[in-house]
Amino acid sequence: MNPVHSDLLTVIARIGGVLVVASVIGFVLQRRLSPDGQNEGIENLNARIRAWWVMAIAISLAFLAGRTGVIILFALCSFAALREFMTLTNASRADHRSLAAVFFIVLPIQYYLVWTSWYGLFAIFIPVWVFLLLPIVSALSGASRNFLVRVAEMQWALMICLYCVSHVPALLNLDIPGYGERGVLLIAFLVIVVQLSDVLQYVWGKLIGRHKIAPSLSPSKTIEGFVGGSLTATLIAASLWWITPFSPVEAGLMGFVITIMGFLGGLVMSAIKRDRGVKDWGHSIAGHGGFIDRLDSVIFAAPVFFHLSRYFWSVS
Amino acid sequence: MRTNGWTAEVVGGAIAFFARAITAVQAVWTGIDPTLQRQRVYFANHASHGDFILIWSVLPPRLRRQVRPVAGAEYWEQGRLRRFIGSDVFNAVLIARNAAERQADPIAQMAGALDDGASLILFPEGTRNQTDEVLLPFKSGLFHLARTRPDIDLVPVWIENLNRVLPKGAFIPVPLMCKVNFGAALHLTENEAKAEFLQRSRDALLSLSPAAKVTP
Repeated sequence: MNPVHSDLLTVIARIGGVLVVASVIGFVLQRRLSPDGQNEGIENLNARIRAWWVMAIAISLAFLAGRTGVIILFALCSFAALREFMTLTNASRADHRSLAAVFFIVLPIQYYLVWTSWYGLFAIFIPVWVFLLLPIVSALSGASRNFLVRVAEMQWALMICLYCVSHVPALLNLDIPGYGERGVLLIAFLVIVVQLSDVLQYVWGKLIGRHKIAPSLSPSKTIEGFVGGSLTATLIAASLWWITPFSPVEAGLMGFVITIMGFLGGLVMSAIKRDRGVKDWGHSIAGHGGFIDRLDSVIFAAPVFFHLSRYFWSVS
Repeated sequence: MRTNGWTAEVVGGAIAFFARAITAVQAVWTGIDPTLQRQRVYFANHASHGDFILIWSVLPPRLRRQVRPVAGAEYWEQGRLRRFIGSDVFNAVLIARNAAERQADPIAQMAGALDDGASLILFPEGTRNQTDEVLLPFKSGLFHLARTRPDIDLVPVWIENLNRVLPKGAFIPVPLMCKVNFGAALHLTENEAKAEFLQRSRDALLSLSPAAKVTP
């Protein structure tokens, strides 16, 4: 067994351990406080924990399958996220071709570019090429009603659900001296820290949360939850330094940055949901809502994490 | 007797899987209990060729095996593939559109299927709605069926968003999330006139649409 695999298995085993603890707590809470399913909060907590098991198993399998597995997993996440986002836009019949092109041409190309590690085109394909070509396709349909809104929404959906998400598997392409083939552990670091930060903010918020941060955007986010969650997540990031190319202090700093980006990303995505009058992006993940509800913080953290790692640590 | 039973089962499963992959369709049971094994006529809005497939794929397997869509014979009897899908996979009750040329009475055909124990999926607008109207006026078929078999539950079913997935003239479906909302069953009341009943059933269907929730 090579060192990447043994480190990966250690990480997966610890995630499994955390989930076992969470499941036991959820079970005890349910027995004590909600034996007939009358406490909505606890039922939702347990639904979330069950969904976490599925998500942890899916991502672990992708990690073990290696590069191809990770790229396919995030391509599927992009697909599901785009589907949720496009549903809430004003895209009309006239945009049918543009939409088909987004799902069946742009998405595969972007992930193909990740797969071939063609960084130059990966970085500009959507912001330059698709940015210019897609409105042309929509314009050729001849329908001008709401044109700027329709096109802008589509571009936004692409940047959020496809471009930003594709930066997660793109971490595999960074050439960091002394780090070798351990890119998959860098992804594990990003995903674990960002998701744990979400969970810890939720836990701290439930335990001691009093003051709401942005009541008009997201009623569940509190100052206590945010401070407690991001500090604990930063400490956990520092303690995970051994799977990264960073020193413990650097890992903590990186963890802090992606935690903050993740939190702010969650606020932005909540603002969109509020605007469109929905509570969740979808219904595919029981207890959590849609794919974007789970991915929102990763979406905002991934490109920043990618470029910081690339600028300070990578040689290519 | 269905000859291609096994292939039809596999093709049906594949079509349902594909429909779910594209639309992540969610069933909303506003008015009926899906675990209850009852004979029903599901009547829905019709904007896309995929409409009955979507209803069919969200029904629990036990109800799905029992349900038969009512569809136009002219379309589904053209060519071997359509015949296979229409008759073998979905076991459709095929109605001839052209009143002058048809041999069988459509209401008798539907009533016959109900008497055999089947449930039906029916589109009372009579044709696909390709206008900007939310819902076209109902044809009288639903009323005549309700009069012939007054005990059957008539369940309004609103299909949300599928017209955006596969709009008029498009061949490639675009992935967007769909919902199928099942309302409460209704019946023809005693002495209810045709126009009255059609209006009532149309209103029941409209009340399930998202537009109705915005302006109560």
